[in-house]
Amino acid sequence: MFPNSRLLLAVIAVSVVIIAGCAPKKSPNTTGATGAKVQITGAGSTFVYPLMSRWSAEYEKNSGVQVNYQSIGSGGGIQQFKEGTIDFGATDVAVSLEEEKTFTRPFVQIPVVAGTVAVVYNLPGITTNLKLTPSVLADIFLGKIKKWNDVRIAQLNPDVKLPDMDIVVVHRSDGSGTTYIFTDYLSTVSSEWEQKIGRGKSVSWPTGVGGKGNEGVTGQVKQLPGAIGYVELSYARHNNLPFAAIQNASGNFVLPSEETGMEATAAAVERLKQDIRSSAVNMPGENSYPITGFVYVLLDTQPKDKTKAAEIKKFFEWVLKEGQKMASELDYVPLASEVVEMSLQKLAEVQ
Amino acid sequence: MNETTTGDPTAPKVRTHNRAATFWSDRLFRAAAVACASVVVLLVLFFAYELWRSSELSIRTFGWRFWISRDWDPVRERFGALPFIWGTLVTSVAALIIAVPLSLGTAIFIAEVAPRWLRQPVSFVVELLAAIPSVVYGLWGVFVMVPWLREHVQVPLSQRFGHIPLFAGPAFGVSMMAAILVLSVMIIPYITAVSREVILAVPQAQREASYGLGATKWETIRRVVLRYARVGILGAIILGYGRAVGETMAVTMVIGNRPEITTSLLQPGYTLASVIANEFTEATSPLYLSSLTELGLLLFIITLVINALARLLVWQVSRGEVQR
Amino acid sequence: MIRLSRTHEWWRRVLNVLALTLTGVCALLVMAPVFIILIYLVTNGIRSVNLEFLTSLPKPPGEPGGGLANAIVGSFYMVGLALVLSLPIGVGAGVYLAEFGQSRYAHLIRFVADVLNGMPSIVIGVSVWALLVVPMRTFSALAGGVALAFIMIPMITRTTEEMVRAVPNALREASLGLGATYARTMWSVVLPAARGGIVTGVMLALARVFGEAAPLLFTALGNRFWNLYLDRPMASLPTQIYEYAKSPYEDWHRQAWAAALLLIVVVLILNIVARVSTRERFRALR
Repeated sequence: MFPNSRLLLAVIAVSVVIIAGCAPKKSPNTTGATGAKVQITGAGSTFVYPLMSRWSAEYEKNSGVQVNYQSIGSGGGIQQFKEGTIDFGATDVAVSLEEEKTFTRPFVQIPVVAGTVAVVYNLPGITTNLKLTPSVLADIFLGKIKKWNDVRIAQLNPDVKLPDMDIVVVHRSDGSGTTYIFTDYLSTVSSEWEQKIGRGKSVSWPTGVGGKGNEGVTGQVKQLPGAIGYVELSYARHNNLPFAAIQNASGNFVLPSEETGMEATAAAVERLKQDIRSSAVNMPGENSYPITGFVYVLLDTQPKDKTKAAEIKKFFEWVLKEGQKMASELDYVPLASEVVEMSLQKLAEVQ
Repeated sequence: MNETTTGDPTAPKVRTHNRAATFWSDRLFRAAAVACASVVVLLVLFFAYELWRSSELSIRTFGWRFWISRDWDPVRERFGALPFIWGTLVTSVAALIIAVPLSLGTAIFIAEVAPRWLRQPVSFVVELLAAIPSVVYGLWGVFVMVPWLREHVQVPLSQRFGHIPLFAGPAFGVSMMAAILVLSVMIIPYITAVSREVILAVPQAQREASYGLGATKWETIRRVVLRYARVGILGAIILGYGRAVGETMAVTMVIGNRPEITTSLLQPGYTLASVIANEFTEATSPLYLSSLTELGLLLFIITLVINALARLLVWQVSRGEVQR
Repeated sequence: MIRLSRTHEWWRRVLNVLALTLTGVCALLVMAPVFIILIYLVTNGIRSVNLEFLTSLPKPPGEPGGGLANAIVGSFYMVGLALVLSLPIGVGAGVYLAEFGQSRYAHLIRFVADVLNGMPSIVIGVSVWALLVVPMRTFSALAGGVALAFIMIPMITRTTEEMVRAVPNALREASLGLGATYARTMWSVVLPAARGGIVTGVMLALARVFGEAAPLLFTALGNRFWNLYLDRPMASLPTQIYEYAKSPYEDWHRQAWAAALLLIVVVLILNIVARVSTRERFRALR
């Protein structure tokens, strides 16, 4: 009488068969007699997601180990790692000393790659790289410099004819590692910024409009004449947005690139050795780009599942050695060799 | 107690079964049904408990000030719900303002105006609107609607009417306006479907009486049908409102996500649901996380109230029918 | 209506035509987004729905191509799981409401089911994370399925209640009169009579959860690889669309459109089947 009831039965039967057939037992965590592949689950930073999936794909080809990385956000990465629901977490912001105390098990945080943040703008007719000093940049984002032809900008760029235009600040509206690196930088170079705004993955911006994600900021800067914003380098490049040369700690105006970023990471190594949470912003060095930051992974030092832990360790060894080459292809900043060495030492703490 | 709806099951009992077995099988059956029904209650209790437990820290820290504070400063850990309450209120009410006339018109069209062969297809298409997943609305919104809106609506609006607070500021595309439009499209099918049912339930005699008095079709609809159905329609609207308040994915993708109280439709905003979706994974500190769950608790309470309201109205309708 | 002046009469007629036309315009406006969205989905997605998309795993950015086979399977897997979990509970609760539905407890349940129906799915996701993901110490397909089941239960409950209630009392009485137990009557007479309607409701519930991304974000998490184990993370179409739409890569945007097209096709099929079966049911009742 009701043909569809049979359909329903069929659907139920099929689903029962699938579920019963495929998952009767706990999944094996290690390779061996079962033949199933090892699967490592990681989650966190959206910033590193593209690179991590690239690493994962390459690594699987060589080793057969599957690294499943999901971009749920750095905060999520830390939280989930703390809860023990994932094998490793990835974050653009180092876990602070205070926060570390709330962890119930020992762990290490290891820098695996770095990134640079470009200051992009949209000025009709101007495609050259403007020069900006840290204090000018901070005052622009504080809303104190309001016009593009402000004398302080003009002095830095005598060859450029700056328009009489309002500056529209565009910032990230969502929590992000990019924002952290950028506000970390502004807090380092401007005490006013540090007192009023501070550093964080999302801050209470004194001026401007928000865009969702790097794409959102890129899109809005592109749409709005007079806009200035900050995005990861790859977004600036792929969208042909001009970006600024920022004066670094040594007084030189430097453009973001793999090389200038790498120099910044190299300069950070001494500080990292003392405190792994140290950032790579405003590093000394002839050509080090000042707005540079690390991506960290969080790993258990005394994991329960030793076989799996060994595989995780192997994967990150590979990331720190072979994986760095892939970083620059995707516009990330490979770690300087000194930092790689230090990270490998840290990795050795995993038992 | 079974007799309530089904007559009296205990009365006619021919003895084909063992009496005890009958007794126990009925008992068992009833117990199983009660158990299943209780799962539903347990679920809500569980959700409420879970939300309460995780927002405790924020409730203890901020107290009632949380609800009226407009700060949302993750660096200094000062959190307040007001910008999100504002954003939720503005987007959902504005979406209703757009959706209600359109939905009512459509419901009337389907129930009263359209030729018979057209009714099924039209209501099917309208119901498809409800079937389109939120994330697909979001995808379409981000890549198609938002750029179009910026270029053809917002830029002219801000140029011509920029001095009015409602359209102040530069045009971004992602904005309260975009969220309102997507939301109204998403709640239209709910309001339409329920209104159509209510309109169809109006007794034919009412219409015939009106025609008999010489009324035109429109007069009949306006003065008789809509009046008769008004409480039910109000219920439909409240139901749609509940949807608008809780909608997450699509809104998150187009609203611009900025915790600021603005009167301009062209500016980005934020809603309770979208701030949870957006920042839950990025929240690094326990207080931040707890504040987000308190927003969830707030959302939970709001949906509770809205549903209670809708339910009360429905009761009133069923009670009213007896009197008519 | 009583005044009979000519102009007034004329105006009434014009108003009638205008107002009725306006309702038609409303209907057209309301229907337009369906077609617009469908057209965009088809034009942007159709070229990318090919064998590779349907059968291979995702590729990392920078390497064009790849597909979402694991997400497609994952979606069906978790929705199937949700069906198995929610169907008995939902139908049981619905039968309770229809048959014993006048008690205070039943009113409470009905109210609670409506509240659950209107609850934002993200809240459900977060709760299930606390319920299953944290104790199991892993994101899992099971948690995803349970989260979806929690969404389906109230929907199935309410349709079952309506459909069981619509079954004529004469049927029940006849069965009871023949000496069948109450349980037997429900099982062999009432539920079969209501089956068509329940199936429709279940289909619509399936269509809804098939497109849900929010409750899966913190439960199933996602997976780049194949997985059929209950206790491992699993990919799904909606979360993958969200992921890809956020990304900066053209190739992923292309695949997001393709995935959305696929999603909408499944949802449409479920809706159409539900619709056809409803018509069948009405014919049978007539």
